[in-house]
Amino acid sequence: MGAVIENNTINGKPNQDVFSATLLELADKDRNIVVVTSDSRGSGKLVAYGQQLPGQIVEIGIAEQNLVGVAAGLASAGKRTFAVSPACFLTARALEQIKNDVCYSDNPVRLIGISAGVSYGALGSTHHSLHDFAVLRAINNITIVAPADNFETTEAVKLAVKLNKPLYLRFGKKAMPLLTDDEQNGFEFGKGRIIKKGSDVTIIATGETVYPALQSAEQLAQQGISATVVSMHTIKPLDAELILQLAKDTGAILTVEEHSVNGGLGEACASLLLQNKYNKPFKIMGIPDEYTVTGSQTEIFNHYGLSADGIAQAVLTLLKT
Amino acid sequence: MVMTDKQLAERSITYRKKILKYIVGAKAGHTGGSLSCIDILNVLYNEVMNVGPQNFTSPDRDRYIQSKGHCVEALYVVLADKGFFPEKDLETLCKYKSHYIGHPTKKVHGVEQNTGALGHGLPIAAGTALAAKMDKKNYRVFTLLGDGELPEGSNWEAALTAAHYKLDNLCAIIDNNKLQITGTNAEVCNTDPIDAKFESFGWAVRHVDGNDVNALKEVLSSVPFEKGKPSLVIAHTIKGKGVSFMENSVKWHHGVPDKDQYETAIAELDMEMANV
Repeated sequence: MGAVIENNTINGKPNQDVFSATLLELADKDRNIVVVTSDSRGSGKLVAYGQQLPGQIVEIGIAEQNLVGVAAGLASAGKRTFAVSPACFLTARALEQIKNDVCYSDNPVRLIGISAGVSYGALGSTHHSLHDFAVLRAINNITIVAPADNFETTEAVKLAVKLNKPLYLRFGKKAMPLLTDDEQNGFEFGKGRIIKKGSDVTIIATGETVYPALQSAEQLAQQGISATVVSMHTIKPLDAELILQLAKDTGAILTVEEHSVNGGLGEACASLLLQNKYNKPFKIMGIPDEYTVTGSQTEIFNHYGLSADGIAQAVLTLLKT
Repeated sequence: MVMTDKQLAERSITYRKKILKYIVGAKAGHTGGSLSCIDILNVLYNEVMNVGPQNFTSPDRDRYIQSKGHCVEALYVVLADKGFFPEKDLETLCKYKSHYIGHPTKKVHGVEQNTGALGHGLPIAAGTALAAKMDKKNYRVFTLLGDGELPEGSNWEAALTAAHYKLDNLCAIIDNNKLQITGTNAEVCNTDPIDAKFESFGWAVRHVDGNDVNALKEVLSSVPFEKGKPSLVIAHTIKGKGVSFMENSVKWHHGVPDKDQYETAIAELDMEMANV
């Protein structure tokens, strides 16, 4: 396990930028890759893609149901299709198209939810996607992935091209630090990445909450608490093997996600653990079931304790139970 | 096999009898709509489209996507007749674990897309037609819509896309039997004039008697109606067509005939067959 990069600073790019740059590189070599957008190429950082590969981008306009339906048709005819739209609209407005045209019909559309979670924090609940894991988890035949950093995003896009099955990939627009300098362990859908190894407690985080989770582990270390931090980038299929192993190896589990506490990563872990006779302290951190506070993504994270301080405090409380 | 006009008309009657047979066997089905759209499927599969079991995996085949998935019995009898699967399989229609369920699924050989929720066929068909354009392929995409599903907004989103991308390899057919489960289209949600709406969206539109196989053959063989425009065929049909007591009756939307009704219906269709 590689060392955590010292003095983690925001040394990366937004995952959204990494997605578009990686896809452009891949699409330039593979004429069968097609991006479908809903007037979303700007926010999806796909302007350069559109300029360089105009024959490999389909603009639908603001019509998400049609975006997904058309993408399903393209995919059925052999196009390696990426349907790119803000996560909030893509997974709510077009949910029936995702369920039927993509998943049920098994058309391998890569659904790309941009500006996910509370990335559009100040724009209000219309623009938040805190439901997407929950609704998609209940649909058969879809892989759900929330990469944490630029490395995971790059690898996820490469794998997405190869997967050729329905996939949902979501990320935000804030610059993300590289979590570890060890990229040798690779990246695989359905396999969580241990970012930091510890023995007292396991923090299972996903997407853009992995970074504050890692920071909290550093704070906890100063108080003599040794925490394992996992980037559980794949929400479905869940890495049951790793979670059950960590359940044995450490004394408590805390999950963290940029999602409602209902139906996301935390409840997926809870379900797994409870059905495997887990009886140690366990807590789910996320956005509570309430009228969501508004502000920047960081402000909302801080408000709900999805910060280094907040997560460290939650761990301390959990270990006292 | 090239069919004569008489044979084509007889084929529709045979299909109608089979639709009723399997609906009675399953004790379920969308009788009225299957009877209204069967002439369209007959002409598409036997006279117009380049698709059959022999080329179903070919990327160059014509595609058919049934947006009004509930009238799957019509599709099943045509696919069986084309040799996609043994007709005997239809005896399992809607039975436990059968793949022959009440809406099309790709588990049935010959079905392109899983449908059933309304307003889904046209966007998928548009995407498939767009792929053909991107790949410079000549296949065409046909999709059958019910008139009752036109209020679904996704249809109009896809209508925009099809015109925007000049998808003249796309042909949508509306089974315009003017009835839906609650009553007439006009009573439920008036969609008329359908032609002017689609024309204003940039489509080339033609009307046809959707229960006249020869008229259907002429119209469906002449797509695209206009280069650079998607084609819409408004097929004026009769719900329950071919069985006097089912015709134009909402009751038969998903009514299943009892033994006497079935025998009466078959007798009527046999008489019609004798008079073709």
